[in-house]
Amino acid sequence: MLRFLINRLMLLVPVFIGVTVVAFGFIRVLPGDPVEVLAGERGVSAEKRVEILANLGLDKPVWQQYLTYLNDVLHGNLGVSVKTNRPVVEEFFELFPATAELAICAIIFAVIIGVPAGIIAALKRGSKIDQGIMGISLIGYSMPIFWWGLLLIILFSNTLNLTPVSGRLSFLFDVDPVTGFMLIDTLLSDEKGSFLNALHHLILPTVVLGTIPLAVIARQTRSAMLEVLSEDYVRTARAKGLSTFRVVTIHALRNAMITVVTVIGLMVAILLAGAILTETIFGWPGIGKWIIFSIFARDYYAVQGGLLLIAITIMTVNLIVDLLYGFINPRILHQKNKS
Amino acid sequence: MALLEIANLTVEFATATGSLRAVDGINLSVDEGEILAIVGESGSGKSVAMLALMGLLPWTAKVSADSMLFDGQDLLSMDDRQRRKIIGKDISMIFQEPMTSLNPCFTVGYQITEVLCQHFGGSRRSYNNRAIELLHQVGIPAAETRLNAYPHQLSGGMCQRVMIAMMIACQPKLLIADEPTTALDVTIQAQILELLIELQQSHGMALILITHDMAVVAETAEHVVVLYAGQQVEQRSVKELFKSPQHPYSEALLNALPERAQEKLLNAIPGVVPGQMDRPKGCLFNPRCSYAQEMCRQQPPELRDGILCHYPLAMPNPSMRKDPDLDVRTQ
Repeated sequence: MLRFLINRLMLLVPVFIGVTVVAFGFIRVLPGDPVEVLAGERGVSAEKRVEILANLGLDKPVWQQYLTYLNDVLHGNLGVSVKTNRPVVEEFFELFPATAELAICAIIFAVIIGVPAGIIAALKRGSKIDQGIMGISLIGYSMPIFWWGLLLIILFSNTLNLTPVSGRLSFLFDVDPVTGFMLIDTLLSDEKGSFLNALHHLILPTVVLGTIPLAVIARQTRSAMLEVLSEDYVRTARAKGLSTFRVVTIHALRNAMITVVTVIGLMVAILLAGAILTETIFGWPGIGKWIIFSIFARDYYAVQGGLLLIAITIMTVNLIVDLLYGFINPRILHQKNKS
Repeated sequence: MALLEIANLTVEFATATGSLRAVDGINLSVDEGEILAIVGESGSGKSVAMLALMGLLPWTAKVSADSMLFDGQDLLSMDDRQRRKIIGKDISMIFQEPMTSLNPCFTVGYQITEVLCQHFGGSRRSYNNRAIELLHQVGIPAAETRLNAYPHQLSGGMCQRVMIAMMIACQPKLLIADEPTTALDVTIQAQILELLIELQQSHGMALILITHDMAVVAETAEHVVVLYAGQQVEQRSVKELFKSPQHPYSEALLNALPERAQEKLLNAIPGVVPGQMDRPKGCLFNPRCSYAQEMCRQQPPELRDGILCHYPLAMPNPSMRKDPDLDVRTQ
């Protein structure tokens, strides 16, 4: 197990270096620089501009900037935001819980509905139910997030007046940010009704962000189940006189989950990308909204630091998924031990 | 009264090109503690007939029979829930591919104790000792440590032993072994067969052995049913069949045994079992039968004394034979 973990971590080194190059290069490819954006329409004199750029360390050749950046990163220093003058790491971790909360809720929503839907579709293969589930999931998968979010806001917030339009919590409540996760913080505080209010705010963003993962998980579960249900060991399980429910949920699902878990791991990247749109639509104060804002401001340090931290998050989740495999599928663990 | 009585069992599969009759009117009966062999080439419906008995066929299969009685209970009129109380407990079945027939995600111990919990209730842990005892019975060394092994850590022969342990766990009255040795090494084949026979005798259970190996039939079974293209062509005691096969197909199967080869070449039966599209008119075996007459090509034969043939070999009528020298009974 330990060896498996070390092997996986070694593989992350080249990925990490690649990510720093991309994060560093990406924002510099865009036209404009932070000083121009800061100065706005009033403009700034050429001498002053050179001075500010020198202060920010942006006057040196690009390769030198990159080496300085890499050196800083390896020392755990992601720089200071040009816009707010606060350390990037501090800003990131202040906003991260909001995105994490939304992403976790979205993935739970997607799994709770997607996996059973996929199982039912596989069991009723070829029937109207199967076609219905697959049809709906295809629509869900194809629906642009911003459009879907606006449609839901129009229906549930404007017309039916059931859900709030934006934000994480009503202004009527005053909750101390202990963990940054609103659902936990509201439970800890003694403001009555604040938990339900936070939950209320979460519903629409969760549905919007979870729609694509839900569709992918449902389709993946269906195809994995179809494959597994025709395996010999499923016939054996039935020959033992087990109930259909037990055959499906214990013997078949455990094997089908191996591929489904991979997909769920890959979904994390899609969730963080989707969070950028979802957070913008719902005014959700998270990483997605922050990174968009930083890109518009050409805040080099915030963008390159933020992208790196997002990439690290995704790598960590994928590592956890790899480890989870071992528990779901004993064959992988034994293979790794042998090598 | 026989333990298992099946009359006129027919299984049809709905396919895109029409219905395919995989099993066509099979009758068989098995007494308590008896060994019955079912033989025939691939595609002759051996496995499908037994899967139909177990209720394990996919939903595209349509099973019908005049009667299907097990231990006095009518399997046909049962719903799935009632049938599940019998299969795995009183009737159980082991399959051809031991490596893929065990679930790769669960330990050997889990899979054995699961079947005991299912039929007798209680916690899985309470059956650990029983599982160890079963693994001992099927000849697995160091059974205590094997309980925590996964199927991929065992060899094919070991997996088949585990499978047998799992299926005799509830002391079934009838065990169906569907080509239990086909996927195994030759040396292991003999061991597994010996084990099955030993268990059959010590437990006094009936055994249905599906095989295409006539040598296995000779060594083990008391009665034999010969299937061809889903039809039962001959049913007799093994001794009689080996002494004087009455259906040309049975005879051809016996001739295909390596011991009976007269020259370097084995006596293979030309052609293959007909499928859905190439069913011949008349007797289904006629294109491959060396005795076929005009009658055989025109009219399907009727079952007489358990033999499905216009001209059974036991009633010799040399004038109607094309080549009487082919008759090997004289050997």
